[in-house]
Amino acid sequence: MPKITYIEHNGKIHTQEVANGLTVMEGAVQNNIPGIDADCGGSCACATCHVYVDEKWFEKLKEKESAEEDMLDMAFEPKKLSRLSCQIIVSEEIDGLVVKMPSKQG
Amino acid sequence: MIKTDVLVIGAGPVGLFAVHQLGIIGLKAEVVDNLDKVGGQCIELYPDKPIYDIPAIPECTGESLTKNLLEQIKPFKTNFHLNQRVEKISKEKDGWRVTTNKKTEFLAPNVIIAGGVGSFEPRKFLVKGADIFENKGVFYSIKDKNFFKNKKVCIFGGGDSALDWAIEMSKFSEVVLVHRRNEFRGTKNSADIARKLEKEGKIKIKTPFQIDSIEGQNKISSITIKDDNGKSEKITTDFVLGFFGLIMKLGPIAEWGLNLDKKTIPVNTENFQTNKEGIFAIGDICTYPGKLKLILSGFHEGALAARACFKLAKPNEKYRFEFSTTSKNIQEKLGIKKSD
Repeated sequence: MPKITYIEHNGKIHTQEVANGLTVMEGAVQNNIPGIDADCGGSCACATCHVYVDEKWFEKLKEKESAEEDMLDMAFEPKKLSRLSCQIIVSEEIDGLVVKMPSKQG
Repeated sequence: MIKTDVLVIGAGPVGLFAVHQLGIIGLKAEVVDNLDKVGGQCIELYPDKPIYDIPAIPECTGESLTKNLLEQIKPFKTNFHLNQRVEKISKEKDGWRVTTNKKTEFLAPNVIIAGGVGSFEPRKFLVKGADIFENKGVFYSIKDKNFFKNKKVCIFGGGDSALDWAIEMSKFSEVVLVHRRNEFRGTKNSADIARKLEKEGKIKIKTPFQIDSIEGQNKISSITIKDDNGKSEKITTDFVLGFFGLIMKLGPIAEWGLNLDKKTIPVNTENFQTNKEGIFAIGDICTYPGKLKLILSGFHEGALAARACFKLAKPNEKYRFEFSTTSKNIQEKLGIKKSD
């Protein structure tokens, strides 16, 4: 199973096995990893599952669709490496992905 | 003070269907919602997005679902108290007294919380000073545009609210529009007008920039904006307006003494009652083993909570289960005239 590393804003590291096909958001929420709210439940409608993707990984992810880019306008402190974790689907190709959580989701 | 059988908090699909379930068993409901319209997340977050998992409706939108639910509860002539957020609750002899931030008061033996993920509130700037200047120099909505006449105004955001206000205010104020990326997500027409005004020198557009700090003593004197590469710029301004859409916050309900599990309220699945008698929670805001955050689950939860409300609203009457297909009683409440 691919391993995803979630780093809380305070630096606390959680490395979690997440099944293929789940989203990076679900991997955090289902395993009680704090820092990702996902208020809308994963429909790309709220921008509270915002993460900063590790620079080495950012280019390897499937590109953002425009709906995600639009939602990121609403996120708290969006940056170049910002993504919505509900839009990143876990697969073997992203085994080892590292994401950091912002200091808050809104 | 408004007396009713049930106070429903939240006018999303689950709150609306609860009104229906209450109505057909003869209970009167009043509904409070912090948004300016009925429909909850369906209307605020995805009015045009399709929904495919409402039983017997292969496809609908958030907007059409809301419209149909309103049609379904029309016979009950329900009062909606919009633009209001519930604040305080206290136990009285005759039930729960609930007060909103607009000082509307309700007294009801039953309260059904169908609050979704909380009430919608504007997303705010989180830089230092933004909270101090809020409603003095920093605004998230506009009540009277004349207030900004002949002033320097910085508008943040990339959607229609930001674009439309930038265009409107450019007629009588000095406007700088700031957005985190070069593309605007608002309608193409509004974005084109803004770009045209920029060429004519009527507004300034700064992209891709975000706010970095707010400066000023008693009033705002300037702000600093920064791009992703750390390049910063100082802008002299009187006012800062932010249009970043809405976020959901549980708000004062969190202080009501209800058991909470993160942002949700644990309930008993027999009647969807919380740890307080007469306070129920249904829809996304409630939790129990196996909970699914689906609209259809919320409908079921509302149906059961409504029956539980009957006992407290009409303690001397016995609730009798009936089918709407055959019950004259229910059909009468729905205003259906049989032409036999």
